[in-house]
Amino acid sequence: AMDTDLSSQDRKDLDKFIKFFALKTVQVIVQARLGEKICTRSSSSPTGSDWFNLAIKDIPEVTHEAKKALAGQLPAVGRSMCVEISLKTSEGDSMELEIWCLEMNEKCDKEIKVSYTVYNRLSLLLKSLLAITRVTPAYRLSRKQGHEYVILYRIYFGEVQLSGLGEGFQTVRVGTVGTPVGTITLSCAYRINLAFMSTRQFERTPPIMGIIIDHFVDRPYPSSSPMHPCNYRAGEDNGAVYPSVEDSQEVCTTSFSTSPPSQCVFTVTKAHFQTPPPVVTDTLKVPVMGLAFSHQLSSSRLSYQPAGLGVGSADMGYPVLFAGGLNAAHPHQLIGPGKEGGVPPVPSQPAHGTQADQERMCTPLDGVHYSAATPSSSEDTETVSNSSEGKCGSPHDLLETIFIRKVGAFVNKPINQVTMANLDIPFAMFAPKNVELEDNDPMVNPPESPETESPLQGSLHSEGSSGSSTGNTHDDFVMIDFKPAFSKDDILPMDLGTFYREFQNPPQLSSLSIDIGAQSMAEDLDSLPEKLAVHEKNVKEFDAFVETLQ
Amino acid sequence: SCPLSPRCCAPARAAPAMNCRAEVLEVSVEGRQVEEAMLAVLHTVLLHRSTGKFHYKKEGTYSIGTVGTQDVDCDFIDFAYVRVSSEELDRALRKAVGEFKDALRGSGSDGMGQISLEFYQKKKSRWPFSDECIPWELWTIKVNVVNLANEQERQICREKVGEKLCEKIINIVEVMNRHEYLPKMPTQSEVDNVFDTSLKDVQPYLYKISYQITDSLGTSVTTTMRRLIKDTLAL
Repeated sequence: AMDTDLSSQDRKDLDKFIKFFALKTVQVIVQARLGEKICTRSSSSPTGSDWFNLAIKDIPEVTHEAKKALAGQLPAVGRSMCVEISLKTSEGDSMELEIWCLEMNEKCDKEIKVSYTVYNRLSLLLKSLLAITRVTPAYRLSRKQGHEYVILYRIYFGEVQLSGLGEGFQTVRVGTVGTPVGTITLSCAYRINLAFMSTRQFERTPPIMGIIIDHFVDRPYPSSSPMHPCNYRAGEDNGAVYPSVEDSQEVCTTSFSTSPPSQCVFTVTKAHFQTPPPVVTDTLKVPVMGLAFSHQLSSSRLSYQPAGLGVGSADMGYPVLFAGGLNAAHPHQLIGPGKEGGVPPVPSQPAHGTQADQERMCTPLDGVHYSAATPSSSEDTETVSNSSEGKCGSPHDLLETIFIRKVGAFVNKPINQVTMANLDIPFAMFAPKNVELEDNDPMVNPPESPETESPLQGSLHSEGSSGSSTGNTHDDFVMIDFKPAFSKDDILPMDLGTFYREFQNPPQLSSLSIDIGAQSMAEDLDSLPEKLAVHEKNVKEFDAFVETLQ
Repeated sequence: SCPLSPRCCAPARAAPAMNCRAEVLEVSVEGRQVEEAMLAVLHTVLLHRSTGKFHYKKEGTYSIGTVGTQDVDCDFIDFAYVRVSSEELDRALRKAVGEFKDALRGSGSDGMGQISLEFYQKKKSRWPFSDECIPWELWTIKVNVVNLANEQERQICREKVGEKLCEKIINIVEVMNRHEYLPKMPTQSEVDNVFDTSLKDVQPYLYKISYQITDSLGTSVTTTMRRLIKDTLAL
């Protein structure tokens, strides 16, 4: 009954719009999670191939996957198109971050003009999608992918499955467009619970039914394929101009040829850990700047953590992944003073015993062994590094994944070849990190006793444990990265960032301590009469001021 | 459609017309974040309110050019947004925002102000009346500039303002999604009454940007003193 109200031409147009809208939706979402800044050019003369008058590239593999998932069908009631965005660590653990849903419900708008209003509203909805894809938490994560984790996508068609998002996931609606056959709805459900606590809570995910796209294929863009016009023809009724779309070819629109191909290169390894390709230099016009960028997610789990605070690993109930210092050159690490931005020394550690047993970070590539930063004596340190030597020697069949990617403003080029944490705990890199110790590093003070604490890490942050040496008030916060604007940490060992981190927690001013406070209060009281006299002199001015506030 | 309210294209202090929808957003930012925050909001609105260039052909048909987009990363805020790929448009917004920021910083300002983006249609009138500008959508961003004491607070502010801007983007998109009044697509002779056709690569709806700085007091009393008293009186 619905269909008879719609002319067959309109129906055909509508189906085509919905189909290409679905394909473009997938492109926008996936491109927003590649970890790069997207840039397409406006073109005043219609090229004829840009659906919805928007310059959205078509990555061929993505279109292919989308078409496979849709299998010739269109979103309908109960049959939604979903794009699942997940994160996968170097160790193979993965976690769903977002599900973008393109759904159709039964609410029809019979009056609406397909070829004009629906088309333009779909265009508006794509613009909204462009905007919204940058404001969910996964955007920030995706901009920093490449070394410790990567972002994957999967497209499926059918029932929406939100169970993988964890508890308390949130949803954001991108928008809706009413059509004569139903209302198209585009929304995103995203995980906010990114706590990966306790060892091995996260079992390795079983194979997911459907397609898992490991989207790391080093392929340049194909050259442009034939273009198809998308012109407007005259409207029907009252002579006013109503644009409508004439028949376009069924073939999906082409890749946008005016964008430089280098923008779309994904560089990373395949699963077999072959030799990584050389680092692709940044060809974007935007200069690569170190930008401060700490993970800000809805939950308080991830937040800025001042450098050097130890991790309350004992409190968290898991051992030391934190003792395993990760590569100093690791771009996603906490960087602090050190040779190449190593990490500042950790204040006293809980349970040293357990730490000694934990894995150490090995960098098989550069051959340097770092030992855990424990405030134990150098003897312990030596033992530790000896014990880990064997481990480091052997090749890592699992972990030698090297991710090298095109740099954008939020991403650092790796200084050395990147190595992966040989740690047993999933999502280890998200946890607060401790320090590796370099014996010859003048910036790092090998602590002799548990009480050693950098004078810079004053008690300013200890809310519960004032003056204590643990400074573990932020033990549920994870420092992901911290890069102040305009700082470069790949050139100087001591740069603005490290300077800032080192000096950001100065000790309390003595004038702020209580005993001094009492003294100054007495002084204040003494000076009161004098101050009152001054104020009385200016009473007219104050009165005038008060007048203006009325 | 909008009622005809007799008003010329005057500065923004004029109240919006009856069915001109008005949206207000509020942000508290540090001084150095003002520009980026304003640009993020204005660009997001204009992304939704710009089309490709129209090319009219015979028989009243027209084709529409293509709008490109690009990501912009903020330097002082943990935030990124998408804007239309048009240098002219970006320049125009930056100029307006720059003036707003300077005015906010100016003497006597206590760091509060608002910047408005108004979309309007022109209605030609006969002589001796001048053309009317009829607003149909008005976005107002109220800004409160805060001063922070140390680097740590600044870092927190970076993140907080980033989160807030994410919320604002979601709010803007919600409004856009209501699919409320938009001017009818014009004929060739009318296109300049609806769209700004002066840019070479995109075509936003006719808009104007204006701003107001909250009145400040010209006395010699310090800002802190002022706030203190204001707060007291507010009680």
